Amino acid sequence: MKFVTAIIKPFKLDEVREALSAIGVTGLTVTEVKGFGRQKGHTELYRGAEYVVDFLPKVKIEIATRAELLERVIEAIEKAANTGKIGDGKIFVTSLEQVVRIRTGESGPDAL
Amino acid sequence: MKKLFASLGLICALGSPGLALAQDAAAPVEEAAVVEMVEAVAAEAPVAEVAPAETAPAEEAAAPVPDKGDTAWMMVSTLLVILMIVPGVALFYGGLVRAKNMLSVLTQVMAIFCLIAILWAVYGYSLAFGDGGGLNWAIGDLSKLFLAGITPASTAATFSAGVVIPEFTFVAFQLSFAAITVALIVGGLAERVKFSALLVFALLWFTFSYLPIAHMVWATGGYLFSKGDLDFAGGTVVHINAGIAALVGALVLGKRIGYGRDAMPPHSLPMTMIGASLLWVGWFGFNAGSNLEATGGAALAFINTILATAAAGLAWMFAEWMLRGKPSMLGVASGVVAGLVAITPAAGLVGPMGGIVLGAIAGVVCLWGVTGLKKTLGYDDTLDVFGIHGIGGIIGAIGTGIFVSPALGGVGVADYSMAGQVVTQVTGVLITIVWSGVVSFIAFKLIGMTMGLRVSEEQEREGLDTASHGERAYTL
Repeated sequence: MKFVTAIIKPFKLDEVREALSAIGVTGLTVTEVKGFGRQKGHTELYRGAEYVVDFLPKVKIEIATRAELLERVIEAIEKAANTGKIGDGKIFVTSLEQVVRIRTGESGPDAL
Repeated sequence: MKKLFASLGLICALGSPGLALAQDAAAPVEEAAVVEMVEAVAAEAPVAEVAPAETAPAEEAAAPVPDKGDTAWMMVSTLLVILMIVPGVALFYGGLVRAKNMLSVLTQVMAIFCLIAILWAVYGYSLAFGDGGGLNWAIGDLSKLFLAGITPASTAATFSAGVVIPEFTFVAFQLSFAAITVALIVGGLAERVKFSALLVFALLWFTFSYLPIAHMVWATGGYLFSKGDLDFAGGTVVHINAGIAALVGALVLGKRIGYGRDAMPPHSLPMTMIGASLLWVGWFGFNAGSNLEATGGAALAFINTILATAAAGLAWMFAEWMLRGKPSMLGVASGVVAGLVAITPAAGLVGPMGGIVLGAIAGVVCLWGVTGLKKTLGYDDTLDVFGIHGIGGIIGAIGTGIFVSPALGGVGVADYSMAGQVVTQVTGVLITIVWSGVVSFIAFKLIGMTMGLRVSEEQEREGLDTASHGERAYTL
């Protein structure tokens, strides 16, 4: 089992969700986050006061998936979230040791 | 409790014997005054009804009767000025602070309005518009303490001979001016001032700065009034007066924690936009109402309050666009307020084109006031009360002396010479700066030494909403 964490541009969320549904991903978790990478922040000016906003709003999606689906998941996110401009985000993949469905007590791949 | 006693002691020490007496006796005498007033109304009402029928022609010649149109206009104007304070100034300021201080600003503005309204009735009106005898150049007297002797039949003079308005209307109209002036100062102290200290300051400053300046400029026999100083609706009395107090306050209080290091962006510019718009609408009562009659003079002040304001909003916006790259909402709104401030002393005195030029100048110079000047001097005037009201007021006061010239489309005044009038205007500006500056400095220092001016560092970081008022503006 693999755990995929992707940071994407907020307006790409719907496209990414559709692409993932199409390949059979049955659930994901979304969080609104802020962060910085290579994309520069911007400055805001209020009368004389200038503030540099370093942390830009992004969306973080988290997906737990069977190992055999991993490549297609990565491909789907990569395609759907791509704009070709700086700030498109990143995909992180880690191994997932255990999953438990709380309602039934099932565990392992069956719980996904 | 200790602090309360300290502040009471301060009030007594500073107040004149009459003032101290007024404080002590406030509650019982006020009640008595209300009763007397009611009796007076009851006694006089039938007389007033009968009199016109019996001796109408003789009565008219002897005592002018208020015109219903003038009276209605002045009551609407008073309401408009109140609209400028709550919610106008409150929202304009509130939107500019951080979310954790939103309610503190709203509370400060509303509480000050309530406080000044009462003080105005207790002794303010009498001291501002009474006849002070030997001291009449600076202050009135105490003959109308608790509005003594004023009945629905009492009248106040206007600018036209033989035209009067009900005195209660005049009292209420001027009350709203006193209240907004003190409320404006909040902006210089916001996000760090202790609430109790602010209320004590409001009382002291209203008594020792607002009342004398209002008397000097507007009351018959006042020093600047006699010198021919032109201040149609309160450029010196309201805006320079409050702007200087806010500047002195910002300097004495010191900067907010993290000023210049932490980001302190406004928490809700839509609120600020609503507040600025309410200010603009309410300002028609302020400016056109200051004509005291519903005549062509009021109409001139009215059109000027549109045009000068619009010119200032555009001037600020375009200047900001050129110098800083983007035209901002806060920029347009700030320009609008700067224009309103600048046209205030000139409203009924300059022509529409003069007003446009005056507004445009104010828009650009006030932009400099809140950027260049503020940076150079390094003070933390939280909401730029000095940069907009102080600077805008000075431009307006001096500009009035120039654009009142009939050659520039103004209405002119008797024996007008531009140089002479400008000197008079500058005198008014300087007296106001020094007077308000000294009173503010002493008041802030005294409060600082006795009860403390600022909240604790911990409370300031927490935010005044929860720390001082035990509530929060937004629960999301």
